[in-house]
This record gives sequence, structure tokens and C-alpha cells, in this order.
Amino acid sequence: MKLIVGQGSCGIAAGASKIYKILEEEIKDNGADIKLGSTGCIGMCYLEPIVDFIDDNGEKTTFVKVDEEIAKQIVKDIVSGEVKSNENIISDEDKEALAKQKRISLRNCGIINPESLDEYVESGGYKAIERCIKEMTPEEVIEEIKVSGLRGRGGAGFPTWFKLNAARQSPGTEKYLVCNADEGDPGAFMDRSVLEGDPHALIEGMIIAGYAIGASEGIIYVRAEYPLAIKRLNIAMAQAREKGYLDADLFGENKFTFSLRIKAGAGAFVCGEETALLESLEGNRGMPRPKPPFPAQRGYWGKPTNINNVETFANIPFIMAEGGCDAFASVGTDDSKGTKVFALAGKIKKGGLVEAPMGMTIREIIFGIGGGIAEDKEFKAVQMGGPSGGCIPAEFLDTPVDYKSIQETGAIMGSGGMVVMDETTCMVDMAKFFLDFTCKESCGKCTPCREGTKRMLEMLERITEGKGEPGDIEKLIDLGEFIKSTSLCGLGQTAPNPVLTTIKYFRDEYEAHINDKKCPAKQCKDLLTYTIDPEKCTGCTICARNCPAGAITGVLKEPHEINQDLCIQCGKCYEVCRFGAISVE
Amino acid sequence: MACCGCNDKGNVVLKDVDKLDEILSKYEGQKGTLISILQDVQEHYEYLPEEALNYVSEKTGVQRAKIYGVATFYTQFRLDPVGKHVILLCQGTACHVNGSKAIEEAICEELEINEGETTKDGLFTLTNVACLGCCSLSPVMMIDGEVYGKLTPKKTREILKTIRAEEE
Repeated sequence: MKLIVGQGSCGIAAGASKIYKILEEEIKDNGADIKLGSTGCIGMCYLEPIVDFIDDNGEKTTFVKVDEEIAKQIVKDIVSGEVKSNENIISDEDKEALAKQKRISLRNCGIINPESLDEYVESGGYKAIERCIKEMTPEEVIEEIKVSGLRGRGGAGFPTWFKLNAARQSPGTEKYLVCNADEGDPGAFMDRSVLEGDPHALIEGMIIAGYAIGASEGIIYVRAEYPLAIKRLNIAMAQAREKGYLDADLFGENKFTFSLRIKAGAGAFVCGEETALLESLEGNRGMPRPKPPFPAQRGYWGKPTNINNVETFANIPFIMAEGGCDAFASVGTDDSKGTKVFALAGKIKKGGLVEAPMGMTIREIIFGIGGGIAEDKEFKAVQMGGPSGGCIPAEFLDTPVDYKSIQETGAIMGSGGMVVMDETTCMVDMAKFFLDFTCKESCGKCTPCREGTKRMLEMLERITEGKGEPGDIEKLIDLGEFIKSTSLCGLGQTAPNPVLTTIKYFRDEYEAHINDKKCPAKQCKDLLTYTIDPEKCTGCTICARNCPAGAITGVLKEPHEINQDLCIQCGKCYEVCRFGAISVE
Repeated sequence: MACCGCNDKGNVVLKDVDKLDEILSKYEGQKGTLISILQDVQEHYEYLPEEALNYVSEKTGVQRAKIYGVATFYTQFRLDPVGKHVILLCQGTACHVNGSKAIEEAICEELEINEGETTKDGLFTLTNVACLGCCSLSPVMMIDGEVYGKLTPKKTREILKTIRAEEE
């Protein structure tokens, strides 16, 4: 009998470590014969903390939203021999949401213990690298990856085999392999989940790719903000060394030896761009280099280098297992094979990680798996591709998720962030949010990106402050197109996308801000008017006492009034009123 | 270099030189390790003291301008000391959509500081971060490694008050 606690970052944030301790104590106090283990993230963040019970017959019962009391009850029930059904057992609906997914890169996440190499091996791990080394040439490995149709999962969707082959063909014996685990898109955590939940899959994928291009050294560039991921990677790498998968002649074939190390990033979004990442690896400011030469020709310290993101590498052991490449190619659409992991967040009922087969529609992902919009509000748009992507409105909900179809809407597949917005999200504010981010993160090398994003941001700020002027929209489009066509790297080339797509699909909202000085979603403070409903106001004076501007006056037990000239739209009165008497327009 | 008297003259005493030497010897002979060195220095001092950066420059031969360039490029590095409790307020997309701006205002008002500043009593520093990756608990903040999720302005104020009360 075994109890397994989900201990990804989100699970721990929801209190999983506490639950683990309680279970440990309860098991001890009851003298029960129950093993206790941990696993990574299953992706259902909204149900955390999650505890799985596996009985002697291998039957699994999943408990969700486990608190201290429930944890104690679970152990008591197991000891008494009967796991009673209770409301903390996962619902059929949630089980179904899991069943609709297709798990390839997350195949082990939330199932095996990420700190156990044995469990990874039991689930078929390190078989693919054995097959590659013992039975295949590097060229054959690249060929199988080509047949599988795998494309880069970091954003641009470049065919993986092509990049591997280019690095393979580059002259020289000193080559490098780099894993881009600098997941900087605010609102995306797919890679973190793999790093925390299945680090050996990444390591095995990298060894295979290293063999394919002929690189004996690999580097994982991981965000310093992911301490748990770094810890688990270090544990996994130490285990792999001990078992001879790293730093040793693999399988005694005298063919290939691979070493791996971690480099912690220091927080710069632009380092997700591959040439900026290389600069950072070399200890410099992360500023992109012109391409060509491409990293496959001249990368880390001028040597041929292959760079891929975590999810791409995590797919490789699956593809290179016996029959894996056909199995992978059988999932997805003609131009996009396999699956894609998405981080569902924002105004969604069931936020978390979702791995969907390519070609599934956005509607199916948001409503079928994600359960729809929080509080049953109206769906407005979904932001795909983070600060480089765009907003996709309701009329495109039936767009299939593949590289080409998403690009046609003006957004990009990106690394997999999917932030859902409802009627209370202001699209101008959203565009401003992303531009503020890219403006701060612009490395400053190219003038159009450095200065242009700043000017666009200033315009958006004016618009949301009610100081927009006719012609602003056209100026934003002009400048946006200019920045896109004149920036060196992917950051600048895509930074205007959130603005351009929101103008394309929600132009009326921009116009309402500029012409009518109104924010339809009631988010832009300066465009709001707070009023007190005299019918509902009891004259309790709490609003007047809390108003920092002294704008509210009135006599005790008589309806109060807001002086609009003094009001600073801080919303404090709205926050403190206990009678719902304050309305916002 | 008598321009400001901040180096060579011993006007500002550099603490823990041994520790710096230990860090530098760890990376000796390897190229491209400046970021790792600065990360280790910051882990020890909790920020990057100017004197320590000068010392690193002197010992490694990397120009001070380059070190300053790198230290100011990456958000992880701080050139000023921080408070006892660092509040990392998530400003990721999901938190933004779910009202992180109002949380920031509540913190700023409660502590009477702006983002990036430290309270006068040295107890709190507020830092915005791009994403803590706990999107389903948004809006979230992290204080001393502990994540506080599903925040409201009221709840945020209470959390800060509790921490402050424990200090008194």
C-alpha cells in the first residue's frame, strides 16, 4: 500500500509539504504499513494538494484538495480497511479532463517519483538511449527524429531534426548541446513541471541529442527562480552519473561519453532567445547576436551548438524508444506532429497544465479540459504565446491548435502559455501589460525595440488614462510594424504582437477609451466614476473614514456623497463598503 | 585612483574577504563564469556591495565597467541591501488578470514604500517578479520562500500585519 503526495511547486504552494508531514506522522502513530512517496505535478493545479492512494492490488484512488483533517482521515480509513468515498475523492468530471489529454512529454509527471532513477527506469526510462547507442548511428537517430515530425516546442516551431543535422554537419570535433530552460514567459510553467516532475526524461533526451550531433558536453540553462527544479535536476544528474549514464563510456560500447552541467540564469527574458542565451552562458550581458552564423555553425565559444527547449528534449526518449517515432507521428496533424503542453491560467475554472494532441481545438482545450470560464462569465479572448504572441477572440475558438493555424490568427503557438480572459479583462490594459514587460526586458541593442516599445507603451498609458487622441491607433500600428521589421531578435520582432492583435480584434475597445473616455471592462482606473447609491447607503461613514482624498462627505446615518473633483478613483470605498452601495461606471 | 577614495585606500572595509577568495578560487581558470561568481557573491552578502565587485574585478581582471554592466542587466542582481523579509510579488499574466495591481497598491500603502524599496525599519523589501509559476493560485506573493495565494488587498494587509507583529 502506498500514499503518494504531489509535490510540484504549485502543490507545495498549496500546502503539500505540510500534508506530507501529517501523513508521515499519522502513519507512524497508527503503526500502519503504508509506504509514503512523492511525485511531481500531474497538472491539476486547481485540485492541489493531491494525494494518491494505491492499494495492494494496484488500484488507485485520488484525493484532491486535501487538508489536515482529510489527510488524517485518509490514513484512518486505510488502517480500518475501507477507503470511504468522500467529497475529496476526485470527481468523474476531473478524471475525464485528464483522460482527454494525450501525455507524451509529461508521460511520467505526477506518476513517478522524480528523485528516483529506479522509478524512471521501471517506466521504460534509459531504454531509448541504450537502443540508440547499441543499434544506431547518429545519422539514423536524426532520421528517426525527422520521421517523427518533431518541431521545436520553445516557440518558433523549427524542425528539430534540421537543427540537429546542421550541428552534426558542421565541421569540428568540439560541439555543444544546450537546453534552454529559461522559461521567462510570465504565465507559463510547462518546462518547470518537466524539470520538477521528470528530470531524467530531459537528461536522457539530451544524451540522445548529444550523440546525434556528436557533442560530448551539455549545459542546462535554467532560471534561478526555479530552485526546486535545480535541486531535482542536481539529484537526477548525480544518480545518472552513479549509474554510468553520464561521464562514462555509455554501455561499454566505446562509442560515446556525455557530461552535463547546470548554469543558473540570472533573470532576463531576452535570454530565451538562443543567441542571447549563449552570450549569457559566456558570462556576458544577454544581448542577441546577428544570425547567421547560426548556433549550429558558431555557437557556444564559437563552436557548433544545438539549442532546444525542455519540452523538445523530453519528447526525444519517447520518439527514440522502439516504435516511438511512428507512435509520435501518428498523433497530431500533417504539419504539426505529437502533442503540446499548455499552461492554462487566468479566468479559467480548472487552471493547470494540459498536454493536448496537436489539432485539438482551442475550444476543446479551454472548455473541454479547462472546464470553461471562472464564475461562468463570458469568454472574451485567450492570449497565446505570452508577450510575443497575441490575443485570439471568441470567433476563433474552433481554430485547431497547430503551428500554422495559430499563426494565421496573428498569435503564435509560443512555448505554451494560454491565459484566458473574460468580459472583465480590458484588452487595452492587457496590451499595455505585455508591452510594459517587453519594454523592460528589451536588452537595448536595437533602437527600434528599445525606443519603439517605450513610445508605444507611453501611447497606451495615455489611452488608458483617458488622454488618448484620434490617430493614436494608426500610430500604434505604424510603429508596431516598424519595430517588427527592424529588430534583430525574436523579442523585438514579436513585441508589438499583443498590441497589434488586440487592435485587430478589439478595435472598438481602443476607440471607447480614446473617443468616449470609457473603459468597457471597467479596469482602467482613470476612466471610472464611483458613485454612492443613496438607496443602499446606510451612512455608516466607513467609506468617508477610509477615503484617502477626503472626497466623501455625509452625515452619520444619512446617505453619503462622492465629490468627483476630489475623487482619485482608488477604489478604497468600493473595497470597504459592506452594503454594496458603491457602484463603478 | 583617488577619485572617490572608495577603493585601495581602505576607507570602506570589505567584510569576509576569505569568503570572496573562496568563491573566486572555485571558478579559477574557467572562462565565462562572471554570472556564477556574482550569484555566489550575492548569495553571501544578500546583495552586491560595491567593494566586493571592485575586489572581484581586481582579482579576475574583468573590467569594473563590464561587471557593473552584467550586474545591472539581470534582474536577479541587487546593488543595495534588502530588508529582513523580501516580498516577491508576482506580476505574471495570470496574476495581472486576477488583480495583482490592487495587491501591489495594498502592500505599498501598508508599508509606505514603493516597489523596489525597503521599509525604514529594514523589515520588508518589495520586489515585483515576472512569474512565480503558481498561476492557478493567482494573485500570489512569496515571502521568505512561502507562497501566499488567492490574495485580496485585505488578506494581504493581514499577512503583513501578522509578520510585523511577530517581529515586535
